[in-house]
Parts: sequence; C-alpha cells; structure tokens
Amino acid sequence: MKHFFTVVFGSATLLFTAQNEIPAAQVTVFAAASLTDSLKQIAAEYEKKSGDQIAFNFAASGTLARQIEAGASADIFFAADETKADALEKKGLLVSGTRKSLLGNALVIVTAIDTPAIHSPAELTNAAVQHIALGELKTVPCGTYAKAYLEKLQLWPVVENKVVPCESVRAVLAAVESGNVDAGFVYKTDAAVSKKVKVAYEVPAVDAPKISYPLALLKDAPQPNAAKKFIVYLDSEPATAVFKQFGFIVLASAPAK
Amino acid sequence: MSGAEWQLVGFSLRMALASLLLILPIGLALAWWLARKDWRGKALVETLVSLPLVLPPVVTGLVLLQLFGRRGPVGSWLHNTFNCDVVFTWRAVVIALAAMSLPLFVRAARTAFEEVDVKFEQLARTLGAGEWRVCFTITLPLAKRGVLAGTLLAFARALGEFGATIMVAGNIPGRTTTLPVAIYQAVENGEDTHAWTLAGVSAVIAFAAVFISEKLQRWRK
Repeated sequence: MKHFFTVVFGSATLLFTAQNEIPAAQVTVFAAASLTDSLKQIAAEYEKKSGDQIAFNFAASGTLARQIEAGASADIFFAADETKADALEKKGLLVSGTRKSLLGNALVIVTAIDTPAIHSPAELTNAAVQHIALGELKTVPCGTYAKAYLEKLQLWPVVENKVVPCESVRAVLAAVESGNVDAGFVYKTDAAVSKKVKVAYEVPAVDAPKISYPLALLKDAPQPNAAKKFIVYLDSEPATAVFKQFGFIVLASAPAK
Repeated sequence: MSGAEWQLVGFSLRMALASLLLILPIGLALAWWLARKDWRGKALVETLVSLPLVLPPVVTGLVLLQLFGRRGPVGSWLHNTFNCDVVFTWRAVVIALAAMSLPLFVRAARTAFEEVDVKFEQLARTLGAGEWRVCFTITLPLAKRGVLAGTLLAFARALGEFGATIMVAGNIPGRTTTLPVAIYQAVENGEDTHAWTLAGVSAVIAFAAVFISEKLQRWRK
C-alpha cells in the first residue's frame, strides 16, 4: 500500500513539475470554430518563423466569450461576430486600440453529397426537408446570421420547427455530413473543407446580415507581447493569403481603433 | 418558475418515465437470467451490461449515434421501413436515457433476485407451478423492494443524463432538450438565474429518488 501511494504521488508530482516548464512564449488564441483549418495552417508557419508557440481553443464565439468572461486564460479573441467582441469590450476585457475587423465570409446552405439537391431557401419549407441544422441561435454566430436571414425572407416561422441547433458551425457541418439532417447553414469556408457536403445555395451578400470577424488582444493576456506580434502577423501578407485560399474575404486592413 | 421551465421539467420527467418502461422488461429478464442461471460467457454479458456505467457517456452516445443515425444499421432500416427518424427526436432521448440507466437497474434487481431463497421457488415448483408462475408469484414479490429501489435509481440516473443524450438527441428546445442539457445551454448563454433554477429542481428530484430508494432497501431487512 505504501508503495502504491509513493507511485501515485510521485507520478503526480512529476506531471505537475513537467507542466511548469514552458518552452518559448505560448500564445493562447480563442477562435471561432470556422477559423479552425486556416488558423492552424497559419500558426504552423508562424511557429517555424518566430519560435513562439500558438495554442488554440476553437468553439462557438458565444461560448468563447463566456469562457473569457469567466476568467479563462487567453491572449487573443478572434470571433465570427462583432457583437460578441462588443460584449467583451463593454466589460473592459479587450485592450482598447487592438481590435480590428479582419475577415468577412458568406453564408451557404449545404446538403449531404448523396441527397436530393435544394436550389433555393424556399425549398427548405418542403415536407421532404425534416431537419435543418443551424448554429445554436444565441452562442453560434452562424446560427444568429442564418436566423436573421430566414426572418428577412419571412421563412423563419415555417422552418422554425425543423431547426436542430448545433454547438458550433462545425457541428452543423458534421450533422449534414452524417445525413441525420437534410440541410444546414454554414459558412462558405466550412463547406469548402468538407468533401461530404455540397453547396445548395449561396446567400448573396446583399441579402445576408453583415458577417465580420473581429480580432483583439485580451486585457488579462498572460503573453501580451508575443500575442501582439501574432496579431500583426495575422494581418500581414502570408496570413491573409492563407485566409483567401480558404475562401475568406480579407477586409481592407483598417487602422486600429 | 416560468411556464417554459415547468414544461421542460415535465418533458424531462416524461422522457425518464418512458425510458423506464423500456428498461423494465429487458432489465428484469437480464437480472433474472444473471441471478439464476449459469452459462458459458456469462461474465461477458455481465461486463457488457455494466459497461455504460464506466464508459464515458459520450462514447455510449457515439455508439447509439452510429446505430440509430439515418445511415446506421438500425436507423436506416427504421427510416426506410416506417419513415421514422430517431436521431434528433424525442425517441433518441428515450433510447439514450434507457441505455445509460439500464446497468443501474440490472445491478439492483439482480442483487434483489439473488437474495430470494431458492428454496421458496423449488417448493412452488414441487407444488406444480410453472417457471412463469414461480417468477411472478414468488421471486418478484419477494424481490419487490430491491427492484423498486433499482427502478428509482435508474429513474434518477435518467433524469441526470447529459453526454449520451446530447450526442444522439441534440439540444432542440421544446423537443429534445432535457434538464441537464438546458442547464448547460443556460450557462453558455449567460442566463445564470435560469441555470440555478433548473439546477435546484434537478437536485430536489434526485434527492427524493435516492432518499426513497435508500428507505426501500433498508426496510427489506
């Protein structure tokens, strides 16, 4: 028994001491789920150049904002919805002057590759369409945008009963891929990374709510200097080229507010 | 509590009850089989039945999602034969709750059966009673308290189920959202009062179920 405890406590001590040895600066980025693939690629290149390490927490922007409010340790917030950054800014959790709107995106309706095609949002009201996956309406920006769009088309009251809320835009994509829902609303960039879905309809920019990705340094950032460097890099040519390659709209580099 | 909150509690209770209806016949048969019979591979069945107790609930959910998804073996059959979808409907809630609470019920019922003296059963048989009659007039009545306690435990477990439910049934307000999922969503949305109200209700129901279950097991002695 004595040996047993020695082993348990010994290995626990080892684990914790090992965790304290942080190599170079590690920048923690809380980013919208739709940025998953592009940011990972950008970070891999950046890590090679700078020697710093980038750690990600990808989730719905609303979920991330809640985690930051609750005191999660993070350096950068990169959301898919300006209102989520507004909420944090109002609470004084962003460093003023660091916030910028970096990217835009388009909303699309996707269906599984092997299901009958839909060609317009009006077809979502068909009886054959039983389940429509949307991002959770409050926490997932893509869901908020999709609802606003359907409301504008006056389709919302008809399709509301078919909505399956998902915890992030990537969960919507997965639900469509699995065939458990008949259609879903994701961003154009998400549809592009999946081989199992097809774009049924791309919402024209004039009809969609304005989709804009804000980026900012957080007030309680443990690594503010390394984080600032990464923010600058995200707005520079090598990074914006990757964003464009994934289908994002790179907004004109606005001067920091 | 608001009307919507009462509705949510009502829905969760109905789902937990429906899952009980599903596991009672299966669970009683399994428990009796495990308590009274010996056969090759019994240990394997014992382990399989108890697995959902120790597996991460999301793993159980994942297995159910594979089985009952529209492209899964069971799900596609149901979809094509009855045009009946399981995933993201209340049916998925019932199945998830049943899968997660079955082990608790089987364990309690099995112990209860094992504590019934076999002599009573043998006596009934010498008097000409068939197996079914022995089961329903001797074994079940004598094991009643243990079985009831197990039922209550399973019910309480079903009410608290989160991981498997969210995998197969999702979180559709008014249609598949159960108490624990609603609490999670309320926290995500920053609606703390709502979350605490629902947490309070869950605590009261769980307390009552475990309290009565304990009482029942004490009375047996």
